[in-house]
Amino acid sequence: MNRWQDKAIKTILVGSASTSILIVFLIFVFLGKEAFPFIRDPGFDALWHTRWIPVSFKEEIFGLIPLISGSLLVTSLATLLMIPFGVFGAIYIAEIGSEVERSILKPFIEVLAGIPSVVIGFFGLVVLSPIIKNLFGLNTGLTALTGAILLALMAVPTVITVSEDAIQSVPRAYREASLALGANRLQTIFRVIVPAALPGIIAAIMLGMGRVIGETMAVLMVTGNAAKMTLNPFDSVRTMTATIAAEMGEVAFGSHHYQALFWVGIFLLLMTFGLNLIAQKVLRKYQMR
Amino acid sequence: MIRKVLLTGLSLIVASLMIVGCSDKAKDASKPAAKYITIKGSDTMVHLASAWAEAYMKAHPDADISVTGGGSGTGIAALLNGTTDICIASRKIKAKEETLAAEKGLHPNEIVTSRDGIAVVVNPGNPVTELTIEQIGKIYTGVYTNWNQLGGQDHEIVILSRESSSGTFVFFQEHVMKKKDYSPEAMLMPSTSAIIQSVTQDVWAIGYVGLGYGVQAGDKVKMLHVKNDENAPAVVPSVATVQDASYGIARPLHFYTDGVPSGMTKDFVDFVLSDAGQQIVLESGYVPIN
Repeated sequence: MNRWQDKAIKTILVGSASTSILIVFLIFVFLGKEAFPFIRDPGFDALWHTRWIPVSFKEEIFGLIPLISGSLLVTSLATLLMIPFGVFGAIYIAEIGSEVERSILKPFIEVLAGIPSVVIGFFGLVVLSPIIKNLFGLNTGLTALTGAILLALMAVPTVITVSEDAIQSVPRAYREASLALGANRLQTIFRVIVPAALPGIIAAIMLGMGRVIGETMAVLMVTGNAAKMTLNPFDSVRTMTATIAAEMGEVAFGSHHYQALFWVGIFLLLMTFGLNLIAQKVLRKYQMR
Repeated sequence: MIRKVLLTGLSLIVASLMIVGCSDKAKDASKPAAKYITIKGSDTMVHLASAWAEAYMKAHPDADISVTGGGSGTGIAALLNGTTDICIASRKIKAKEETLAAEKGLHPNEIVTSRDGIAVVVNPGNPVTELTIEQIGKIYTGVYTNWNQLGGQDHEIVILSRESSSGTFVFFQEHVMKKKDYSPEAMLMPSTSAIIQSVTQDVWAIGYVGLGYGVQAGDKVKMLHVKNDENAPAVVPSVATVQDASYGIARPLHFYTDGVPSGMTKDFVDFVLSDAGQQIVLESGYVPIN
């Protein structure tokens, strides 16, 4: 009886633990199945066009390049913004701030992490975009930069939490040795602790980037969604996620447009998958030390 | 212990069966015949169709009408699959869809229920007040990029459009842009309210919205007076000018049914076309047919 129960419970636990593996696998299969016919008919090369014109009376064009470049521009800008806030914030909370400050700061960071992205997007549309427009004297505030600021805002809690863990797990002995050798507090932090925690901090940034590249609602609302290739932060861009969200709703099933949207999904999945993989690798390396 | 659980479970099942039985009986009493129709399609028309359905159900307590959106294309697909009684569409059925219907032995029947004007809006701070349809089209295709090419000041034009999934996007492309592609600079906004919001904030922006939304926005935006061609008079978009067809950017809003409607569908269509139904059109910000 007991052995039978043990077995049953074990099976249930293994089953629920491996569900996520199964789901990831099924998602890949599903995306591939829906996207695959595109390779045969318009051909894989059709995806490397520099224009994305899904609705046209003349010729529909499904070039992924403007969408990928839009996502990369927004993601890299957001990363540049979130590194100082995330990393310095983590250093302050882990090393400098008092117990009282920590107990105030941490809950607020957690609240920030929990704000729905639609709410952040609405804030961006109504508050941030006019500020950006006036600050830089632009024609419109719906730019890649506006999106990047919102995304940085959403990713900073992740970066802070993970980097803080990394900084905290630097052995006490490092700190004491450095101070004993006559280094002051700032020198200890920036020459000893941060380098020791660097792999963890890098992993934190990677995880933050993963969040940024996959975020949809906020960028859909504030980046203007013009599908053009640009490296100018003050230009409007169309990200991969926004494209899927905006167009999947009314696309005819099985059409080239539908298949092209699945290709966008596949590339997006590969990008986040790659980022997560690198982050995991770096984190594991750092845990071994 | 186990017996107790079993007993509780059993009594719950019995109780729920009884409740279901009762409500079924109640339903049977109040609804002798199946008076149920479904309406599906255009997002532009969902509010209007719901308003019609509500008024109709108020007058006919035994009737039941369900209204869902999803877009004109979705609605026509549903009609072809036989999953809706009435399809609402803000565009005409395409030749391709008509062939598909014929293959399935269906006969899509078009009924014009009302009209919708599309207002071209700019910021009140923009001195430009009138443009021809051709000029508007050339702004959206990217030929004109600066307001000084259109008699305005030397400022770049910020082009705002709806998303490509919108029926309005396609209508505008077909009738204003003469089937040319949108400029890559055109910003695709997720909703009509986002267009209004941007035009309110950005002095050099131009956008298009349904007439009802444009009127509702009041002083926050300026609706351009539109000339059908160079020599035509500039026409203010309004219910009256859409109705007498002097305003050039307007479209009919359709019902599609399979064959000539009969039974409750016919009754509902008659209601929509009646004075009471057309009054609802006016109240919802659209334009009655006559």
